[in-house]
Amino acid sequence: MSYELAFEVERGDFETAGGASRKIKKTLQQLGISSKIIRKVSIAGYEGEMNLAIHSWGGTILLEVAETEIILTIQDSGPGIPDLHLAMTEGWSTAGVEARRMGFGAGMGLPNMDRNADHFEIESKVGNGTKILMKFFL
Amino acid sequence: MKVSDLLKNSEFKCLNPQIGVEGEIKSGYVGDLLSWVMANAGNECAWVTIQTHVNIIAVATLLEMACVIIPEGAEVEESTLERAIIEDIPVITTGLNAYEVCKILGNAGV
Repeated sequence: MSYELAFEVERGDFETAGGASRKIKKTLQQLGISSKIIRKVSIAGYEGEMNLAIHSWGGTILLEVAETEIILTIQDSGPGIPDLHLAMTEGWSTAGVEARRMGFGAGMGLPNMDRNADHFEIESKVGNGTKILMKFFL
Repeated sequence: MKVSDLLKNSEFKCLNPQIGVEGEIKSGYVGDLLSWVMANAGNECAWVTIQTHVNIIAVATLLEMACVIIPEGAEVEESTLERAIIEDIPVITTGLNAYEVCKILGNAGV
């Protein structure tokens, strides 16, 4: 079993953001993945998707389903995170006024991803962008 | 209790009654910070939130919530209701505040 699906997410697209996560969830349901794992992937995927809409200049989400794991790769082209340690701290956020008004910017996006994934890697370079790799073991 | 049981109380009105309201409410959750809700709300819960934009339906769908309850008569955006119909999530409005909604849910055994 091997399956791949890619999504583009645009900066500032709050209206349709969540669409990629919904498709990921439906795909995993069709593939017969357990609901417990789908919940974890859905939460992590949604947080990643909203981070792309709120913080990045746009990016992509890649879903890979292999025999023993599900891999979510979330990548953007900038602006990059200057202090990753701070960004991973629960409650810390750089979300703007509009995003906060909508209930985003709790400073829980990255920690939620880390908590739900079995394996979480993040690398970021200011000017180059951010790449997050998450694995969920089946 | 089922969503339809809650709607028998005249304080509550479903804004998208064309979808099914027979889902079971297994728990309740109150919160307006979406990431916090994503992290902590249970599946098949009734979620009470003052947020009314379309992303609440994304959260409710991903967590397979029984319904979303908007308290204190806050107006719900049309795009939210359109998405709620597609995703089969009942959106319920009430003039009660979140605490009063929770009392009713709690008294009903939720």
